[in-house]
Amino acid sequence: MSSQDIPEENLPAEQDTAHGAVTVADEQSPFADPGLPPHEHRIQDIDERAARRSERTVAMLFTLSMLATIGFIASYVAIPKEESIYVFPIGHISALNFALGLTLGVALFLIGAGAVHWARTLMSDVEIADERHPIEAPPEVKAKVLADFKLGAQESQLGRRKLIRNTMLGALALVPLSGVMLLRDLGPLPGTSLRHTLWSKGKLLVNMNTNQPLRPADVAVGSLTFAKPEGLEETDEDFQVQIAKAALMIVRLQPDNIKDKRELEWSHQGIVAFSKICTHVGCPISLYEQQTHHVLCPCHQSTFDLSDGARVIFGPAGHALPQLRIGVNADGYLEALGDFEEPVGPAFWERG
Amino acid sequence: MSTTTTNESGTRGRAPAGERVADWADGRLGIYSLAKSNMRKIFPDHWSFMLGEVCLYSFIIIILTGVYLTLFFHPSMNEVVYHGSYVPLQGQLMSEAFNSTVHISFDVRGGLLIRQIHHWAALIFLAGMFVHMMRVFFTGAFRKPREINWLFGFLLFVLGMFTGFTGYSLPDDLLSGTGVRFMEGAILSVPIVGTYLSFFLFGGQFPGGDFVARFYSIHILLLPGIMLGLVVGHLILVFYHKHTQFAGPGKTNNNVVGMPLLPVYMAKAGGFFFLVFGVIAAIAAIATINPIWAMGPYRPDQVSTGAQPDWYMGFSEGLIRVMPGWEINFWGHTLVLGVFIPLVIFPLVLVTIAVYPFIEAWVTGDRREHHILDRPRNAPTRTAFGAAWISWYFVLLIGGGNDLWATHFHLSINAITWFVRVAFFVVPVLVFIATKRICLGLQRRDHDKVLHGRESGIIKRLPHGEFIEVHEPLSQEQLHTLTAHEQYEPAEIGPTVDENGVERKVKGSERLRAKLSNAYYGENNQIPKPTVEEYKEITSGHGHH
Repeated sequence: MSSQDIPEENLPAEQDTAHGAVTVADEQSPFADPGLPPHEHRIQDIDERAARRSERTVAMLFTLSMLATIGFIASYVAIPKEESIYVFPIGHISALNFALGLTLGVALFLIGAGAVHWARTLMSDVEIADERHPIEAPPEVKAKVLADFKLGAQESQLGRRKLIRNTMLGALALVPLSGVMLLRDLGPLPGTSLRHTLWSKGKLLVNMNTNQPLRPADVAVGSLTFAKPEGLEETDEDFQVQIAKAALMIVRLQPDNIKDKRELEWSHQGIVAFSKICTHVGCPISLYEQQTHHVLCPCHQSTFDLSDGARVIFGPAGHALPQLRIGVNADGYLEALGDFEEPVGPAFWERG
Repeated sequence: MSTTTTNESGTRGRAPAGERVADWADGRLGIYSLAKSNMRKIFPDHWSFMLGEVCLYSFIIIILTGVYLTLFFHPSMNEVVYHGSYVPLQGQLMSEAFNSTVHISFDVRGGLLIRQIHHWAALIFLAGMFVHMMRVFFTGAFRKPREINWLFGFLLFVLGMFTGFTGYSLPDDLLSGTGVRFMEGAILSVPIVGTYLSFFLFGGQFPGGDFVARFYSIHILLLPGIMLGLVVGHLILVFYHKHTQFAGPGKTNNNVVGMPLLPVYMAKAGGFFFLVFGVIAAIAAIATINPIWAMGPYRPDQVSTGAQPDWYMGFSEGLIRVMPGWEINFWGHTLVLGVFIPLVIFPLVLVTIAVYPFIEAWVTGDRREHHILDRPRNAPTRTAFGAAWISWYFVLLIGGGNDLWATHFHLSINAITWFVRVAFFVVPVLVFIATKRICLGLQRRDHDKVLHGRESGIIKRLPHGEFIEVHEPLSQEQLHTLTAHEQYEPAEIGPTVDENGVERKVKGSERLRAKLSNAYYGENNQIPKPTVEEYKEITSGHGHH
């Protein structure tokens, strides 16, 4: 320890001798420790009537607690679970929860209040001083332990028999590898799964709310529509995993308002489709400002400009929202013209 | 068995039943020796010593209510259709985890109460640990021999955060699912292995069908198991070290002054458990927490506005919200600094406060035991550091709730975010400087109080017309208490030449320590406490004020 190089005299002088129990007070010093002040009697220590009052108070608290517990049982039995009551200023809340919580709270609190009152008014409040002893062992104990350890180590012959030592260390170092191996099947390897979504050429854009394929006329200027790929149903086994990547956000802009050339190319009559999953850490984006064409992620406030390739204009997101190339099929429905060209959602090491 | 032996060998006046049970236990567990040193163990009294008790009791409450909840909760992500008694959700698809949580809330009588007690107690547990940790920090209770117990406590705080996070993620509701998604995004940002970590944690792509069951075993078994061990170790060390105390008459570094465990603290601390439990139960009766039925089941493509984690995760939320979105693409890889840097700073914020005791011990070079607590003003640099850390933490909390600040106070969210970005660096420095000055001011006041006495508020007019305020001298108890603290001398770099006149190399660490020590204890960094000579000169001479 380098702390040893600070000389002792640099440390402040202690008020007491190092580890002796007795305080050597300088009689002359006005700052000397005058010792524990004399005990001051409480009214209960002198007046038996006051003490009996305290006793009755404590007993009353305990009795009220018993009543509260009975109240708890009565509420449990009597109050139907769907009943609600109006409590000012909270509003309408479950009557059963309110009654059970209050009776339980009161029953518990009064036990505590009784015990504390008892301790404060009736139990002795005379302060007692107890000695402390240094935590460190005395030198002879330390010497004995070190000698014992040396003896034990010698008797094991570990230091002498290097072959045993080295092979044992090797075995102990290797055996946890079995445990590490067993973790392998916690999940499949990522592969390219984060690069693909359910979207592919010809898949219709299905309105998330109505479950009907969208036509350009369904998308009004200023509205925000959410869509999923045709064929994906809520009851599907992997619905959550698929929608976590495929969720789509559709808005309609005036084509001359679209500043980004590629965005205009990938749009249809000003209808643009972007991934709904924020490129920051994956929250679904849900706030749309019609006037500015900005969308805001409610989780961490990343803001994207949908009229300019959904580039990030504020917040912690690192790159633009991926755009889905859309068109209209022969029947007049909006369809995807392929998958997203880049991975959707948060960035990751292999994203590139 | 043993009772029969006592019966045979004993006289007619048998020992009372309690004593016979104790004898039986002593013969097997040695309880008498254990009780000898502990039953009348002395604990000092101060209001701040109950903060740790709040933590202990809320931990016990969490375990009790948590066990009850496991009886009804189904940690499964299988999709089911809801048919329970909460009408607005009927017919909706949801995971079994969500379904069983709604069932606990509406169809198990008292289930909602236990859920709410569990959640409220968790919030109070973490708040309690935070405040308790600050108490220990600002009074220097972490000094030798208690450094290890400081680390135990710190680990409990960190593990408590993650137990809380895994806990509130279990119902698989819209809000907590969003939090889990955030965590997945953060894991993905880890260079090289992030994608693999995420796939192993979630059993494939997010959200998959595994994470609730996995979080469940982490939440109810792994983390609480470790925490229970740490709590027991923490308490054993409190008993073994004996509690610290503030300076005062009759209180020294070699004693502990207070009242005995039996009966006073049995009643006070035991009673306090019921007080804490009672208050939390009452809060759970009137204040709804985490109404998952109002949020609905999790869907990765849906979100509610104002999404917030529980308060103790707020500072990490702040880090992630205010970080600029830096991304570096190179050789087909992406380094997501905008997410990864906050992920690294998150533990660093916590570690900063955890390692402080070791830094201070190194600067002072003090290897003695300390059982007398410091008043925060008497350790100005430490206090300033602690206050700066808290301000840092709170700046991040503001960042974590920037949307709420914006909507509640009609502020621009961009302005708040920029404020936090700047304040992250500036506010701790300002708070450090201000706190140190306040501490030094308070030290000066103590200094004057000792030398000139207490201001009595009585104005006296002297014969020649001068007005003076009468100062009353302090009692010896007060004088002792105000001068009992230790003051270090700044450490200097030792002689640079040895006894043979050969120049030695002064290590960089030595220089750094001398510098730090000077910043702690040098001139103007602490106010020298009054000496006996100064006191005598003032009081004996012209003693009128």
